[in-house]
Amino acid sequence: MDRVAELLEELKTIARNPKESVEIALRDTGKKGVGCFPIYAPEELIYAAGAIPFGMWGGPIKGNLSDRYLQTFCCSVMKANTEQALLKQYDILSAVLMTTFCDTLKCVMENWKVASPQLNIIPIVYPQNRKTPSGIQFFQEELTRVKKELEEKLNCRISESDIQRSIDFYDEYREKMNQYMEVVRGYPDTIDAVTRHLIIKASYFMDKKNYIQKMDELISELRKRQIETTGREKRIILSGLMAEPEELLRIFDENGFHVIGDDLAQESRQFREEGPSEGTWQSRMAKRIAQQDGCAFLYDAEKTRGHLLIQMKERYQADAIVLIQMKFCDPEEFDYPILKKELGEANTPLLYLEIEQQMDSPEQIRTRIQSFAEMLA
Amino acid sequence: MELKRTSKELLNELLEKHYAGAFLAKERGEPVAWCTSISPQELLTTAGIYALYPENHAAAVGARKKSEELIQYAEGKGYSSDICSYARVNLAYMEVLESEAGNIPKPDLIFCCNNICNTVIKWYENIAKELDIPMIMFDMPFNHEYEVNKQNTKYIKGQLLEAIGDLEKITKKKFDHDRFAEVMEISTETSLWWKKASLQARKKPSPLNGFDLFNYMATIVCARGTVEGRDLFKLWHDELEERGRQGLGPWKDGEEKYRIMWDGIACWPYLGDTYKVLKKQGVNMVTSTYPDSWYIVYENNDLEGMAKAYSSNYVNRNLDFGVDNITQIVEDFSLDGIIYHSNRSCKFMDFRQFEVQRRVSERTGIPSVIFDGDQTDPRSFSLAQYETRVQALVEMMEKRKQEGRD
Repeated sequence: MDRVAELLEELKTIARNPKESVEIALRDTGKKGVGCFPIYAPEELIYAAGAIPFGMWGGPIKGNLSDRYLQTFCCSVMKANTEQALLKQYDILSAVLMTTFCDTLKCVMENWKVASPQLNIIPIVYPQNRKTPSGIQFFQEELTRVKKELEEKLNCRISESDIQRSIDFYDEYREKMNQYMEVVRGYPDTIDAVTRHLIIKASYFMDKKNYIQKMDELISELRKRQIETTGREKRIILSGLMAEPEELLRIFDENGFHVIGDDLAQESRQFREEGPSEGTWQSRMAKRIAQQDGCAFLYDAEKTRGHLLIQMKERYQADAIVLIQMKFCDPEEFDYPILKKELGEANTPLLYLEIEQQMDSPEQIRTRIQSFAEMLA
Repeated sequence: MELKRTSKELLNELLEKHYAGAFLAKERGEPVAWCTSISPQELLTTAGIYALYPENHAAAVGARKKSEELIQYAEGKGYSSDICSYARVNLAYMEVLESEAGNIPKPDLIFCCNNICNTVIKWYENIAKELDIPMIMFDMPFNHEYEVNKQNTKYIKGQLLEAIGDLEKITKKKFDHDRFAEVMEISTETSLWWKKASLQARKKPSPLNGFDLFNYMATIVCARGTVEGRDLFKLWHDELEERGRQGLGPWKDGEEKYRIMWDGIACWPYLGDTYKVLKKQGVNMVTSTYPDSWYIVYENNDLEGMAKAYSSNYVNRNLDFGVDNITQIVEDFSLDGIIYHSNRSCKFMDFRQFEVQRRVSERTGIPSVIFDGDQTDPRSFSLAQYETRVQALVEMMEKRKQEGRD
């Protein structure tokens, strides 16, 4: 097996086995773990505290324990997280950072305080007016409050220089991820849609330091290779909350699609915006979020997402946009009619797929993807 | 001698005047704003911008059984049937601007406050984008701590000041702080009378038929900053106080046997049905979470107090507060039971409901039921299920009465 294949296999295994991967990361580093809810979390603070942030984006979990708290029309990601919390799967974590980007998240946080108090829940509220003076001020205060809570829950002190170093480290990580996004465009056979996703996902269950080393090696090994001229001629950009389950992406692979870029909350939205390198730690973190646009979970009266997708399509010479709609995800659902109109006006082919994280049968989706492939051909 | 008018007569007149006034303002070339139901209208009233409330309009469209066609129109545009039905009604209305249930003019400004949910951010963003008009957004952070803390209050106060600057730019007029003080005072007084009127239902029997809260709600939403609004709620209070003094109950043709609270928004397309099923069994819905929702009270000229009052809305508070709040209501209104509306439109209210129900039940011992419905989508309600749930509630309440536990 060559080095690229080895690295890919290693990262895919990590992404496919979150619980084991987290246990290994904690054991190997001796660090504490802090769970982070979608959409954004101040991972820099957790890392500065000498702990590892882990992503909590649901999973293929089925069960009915969460019915005690949530009705059937709750999104499958939050149902899966709640199910796992009730099964005590998260008890290896020292704290969980919970966010309030949508109404469901607010409620889930309140329920968890009752259902799983042992998880040391730390709430964080990102401002919606994130670009105004009052919003930036609020966020800086909120980050300071969360830092204090982390210190209490993790029983540690976090110095300003620790955080500055951690932000620098995260800037490096974001830069590396953006390099990865560039590089993989040239290797659609080696790194197909499933692999591309899993490599990004692995970052949620590892110490980022370890992850960056592997990504660095992967990127330089890939660059040594000849660019793959492939039969995958249908170039698409994925947009939405996330592109799971894996079976969904496999159907794209089977039908000759090439994922040339993404606007997924779980993937590119995490790192596409790089923050300022100067300023206090609070202002560096607050300004990075203030710059972030085109996200369904951050207030945007200009609704820049459509424009952003059209720009991406031109930049990467994509053939189409695929909007992956997590069922019952309100913020994303509200964006769709506007995107449909704007992309239609720009003559951009659009495929809209409604999914749940735990799909029993992807047959209907398969038919739609196959028809879309034929249409593009 | 002029005949004394009842609050109900004035209520209808005031609503008609409210909608007609919006069209007149538009004709005069004055700006009209579409606002969320618990937003700081004081700023708009002061700036001379006519405030209209899409939630009010959508509820009226629902109550007059005209929502389904608009809902289908919105779904045809790509809006999911899983999102808030007020939003679906309004996002369709924004384009067709015609409903047999009544009309409102197109807005020139969007005025949004997320103290009721984050869904309104998305809904109002879409209006602002589609109509290419400015949007003023008040972000009221979810209060995960029991009280509204200083950090949140400071942020909201900052936004109020920023909004004053925005309004000066939009109207090209200096913001009149004397007028602002006047509007703040009237708004607080109106809130006080609204609350005082609704508290009359604590008497046994209640002189208030609680479904009237749903009828009067449209007016507390749209007339809070006006002298007419304040006088209307004072009159309503006086009428209820007088009925209470005479020992009158909620109905002329029936006795109040059980007193319950309704949690959540009304099912507007089935307002009459939901009411009749309760009344038939002698169940009076004496209160709901509405009285406190428009109890926005603060000292005059106190922007921090105003910020805190707007952020204090119960849905913007944590679960512990929600449980304490309902527990107190059970005690204050001598309730026999609670009916929880699992409203398909409102995930923010629904996803805490199970836990609230369990804890309130443990604390108070009173029975409760949950039924499935929707605020304006007529397709998400089954009268048969509602009747069965109400019947179950009545049986549990009756059993408690017989056991002498009420």
